[in-house]
Amino acid sequence: MPEEKNMPNIDELKKKALWVRKETLEIYKTTRDVRLASSLSPVEIFTALYYGKILRYDPKNPQWEGRDRFIISKPHGAISLYPILADLGFFNKKELKRVAKNGSLLGGIPDPTVPGFETINGALGHGLGVACGIALGLKKKKSNSKIFVLSGDGELNEGAVWEAVMFASQHRLNSLILIVDNNKISMLDFCKNIIDLAPLEEKFKVFKWKVKVVDGHNIKEVYKSLKELKAEKSDYPKVLIANTVKGKGVPELENDVLCHTRVLKENEIINAIKKLNEC
Amino acid sequence: MNAEEPKTMRDAFIDGVCKKMRKNRSIFFLSADFGAPALDKIRKNFKGRFINVGIAEQNLINVASGLALEGFTTYAYAIAPFITMRAYEQIRQNLSISSQIKPLNVNLVGVGAGLSYDLSGPSHHCLEDISIMRLLPNFMVFSPSDWKLAEHFVGYSINIKMPKYLRFDGRQLPAIYKKINNKILERGFCELSKGKKVCLVSTGFMTHRALKAAKEFQNIGVIDVFMLKPLNENLLFKALKKYEYVITIEEGFINNGGLDGLISKILRDHQSNIKVKNLGFDDKHIFEVGSRNYLHRLNKLDEGSIIKTIKGRIK
Repeated sequence: MPEEKNMPNIDELKKKALWVRKETLEIYKTTRDVRLASSLSPVEIFTALYYGKILRYDPKNPQWEGRDRFIISKPHGAISLYPILADLGFFNKKELKRVAKNGSLLGGIPDPTVPGFETINGALGHGLGVACGIALGLKKKKSNSKIFVLSGDGELNEGAVWEAVMFASQHRLNSLILIVDNNKISMLDFCKNIIDLAPLEEKFKVFKWKVKVVDGHNIKEVYKSLKELKAEKSDYPKVLIANTVKGKGVPELENDVLCHTRVLKENEIINAIKKLNEC
Repeated sequence: MNAEEPKTMRDAFIDGVCKKMRKNRSIFFLSADFGAPALDKIRKNFKGRFINVGIAEQNLINVASGLALEGFTTYAYAIAPFITMRAYEQIRQNLSISSQIKPLNVNLVGVGAGLSYDLSGPSHHCLEDISIMRLLPNFMVFSPSDWKLAEHFVGYSINIKMPKYLRFDGRQLPAIYKKINNKILERGFCELSKGKKVCLVSTGFMTHRALKAAKEFQNIGVIDVFMLKPLNENLLFKALKKYEYVITIEEGFINNGGLDGLISKILRDHQSNIKVKNLGFDDKHIFEVGSRNYLHRLNKLDEGSIIKTIKGRIK
């Protein structure tokens, strides 16, 4: 397949993803009151969406009517979006040094007081349902904006998600694109040992969703999949199952089933940043 | 009381919303597969803006919230205990919390307050909603006693951008008010009869009971509190302060932050010496089978019991 004309430079995107990982660790260095491992799995997804310009956005006017909406339904795992939004000018970069500090803009879990975040999602399993309402609203306004949702795989245990899955196909919400950060680990165990979601692809298919599966750390494939899903004409909502690794980029986390709450020591953080610098 | 025919609050209200939907194309009406005779007009005439989300109250709230984020005015309709309690976290996160950042015009229309669904048993009884909905920041809580209040509330509230809980009785009830205007609704309560020593303070269906009980006496005050939040507490205290005894009457659990808690707080804030008696349901669910009147008798909320309570205060 010939490369797309407007394809961004993949090497640049790779560099950006690496930078986002390092910046996320830099934030973690200043506060342990954030979720690191689950913020590292969606790095390539965020990078492709923002630097790959899959999303339409305006940092100077975050509520611009023509923007694509992006609901982060697993916001604990979205600390890695802070450096991206700051870099793009949604808020001052100085804020990155003060995450989860008294009186700071950026909390341990992002909320819509932070420019660039649409909704409050600390409690899991709500994002897709709210996105269904947004999709209906966009349809009514005859808007061509898309609505993206990032959800965790563990989050799919929540029953309300499936109310929304059924609703979205019933109402042909084809502007809706769900991305599952399929990192396969919940807080206490592998998802398969808690509530096995497999076969996840088939589950969405029987609910009439258009499904794509991708290696969530292959930035080129993530970019291409999102681009295709966004452009593809379909009557039904679409889902990208991004197979990811929880704690990606930090070996201590990648190999630990309890990485969700594992607290890294200062030297482990410094080593992790050093190793990323060598990449 | 006037002699106008009894009507359900929901039909009066939905008729009003239907009229608004003709002119205002930014209104959506969502239902969790729950109907009403008046709803058929909306279902027929506004197919694109009436959405039955199915038996899925959690999604009902989430979809309503998403539509409101896009600027639409949304009515979400279901049975009162289910819309409030099944979807409480959705209400808390996506309406109460969200609205503090971006005000959302979402109107939760709950039908079946108190023991409206008497024979359906404790799952359908709704005795907690006043307490739990009143404690949510950024919410308006409306508990009308008749269909006229419900009807007028449509126009009064349609441009108030905040989430609202409308607590409607399930039964046809006679009108209490002759004519409603915005001024009455703004006050949040109405002194239906002025008395001297004893005042009955009630909400919703129980205002009908209070009025009947008060008729047995001369000079018993009756105050109908239909706006539980926000409420001008100073104004209500002004009405209360001339009494020696206040008897609160609600079709809900007492001593748990319902109407009784609201009144006690107002009296406490004003360092009042007024004595208070709270009538409502004790801290247990109701498994006895029977009509609303029967269950009220068992729980001393019937007219006779209220009269007895008043007599004890005026001796």
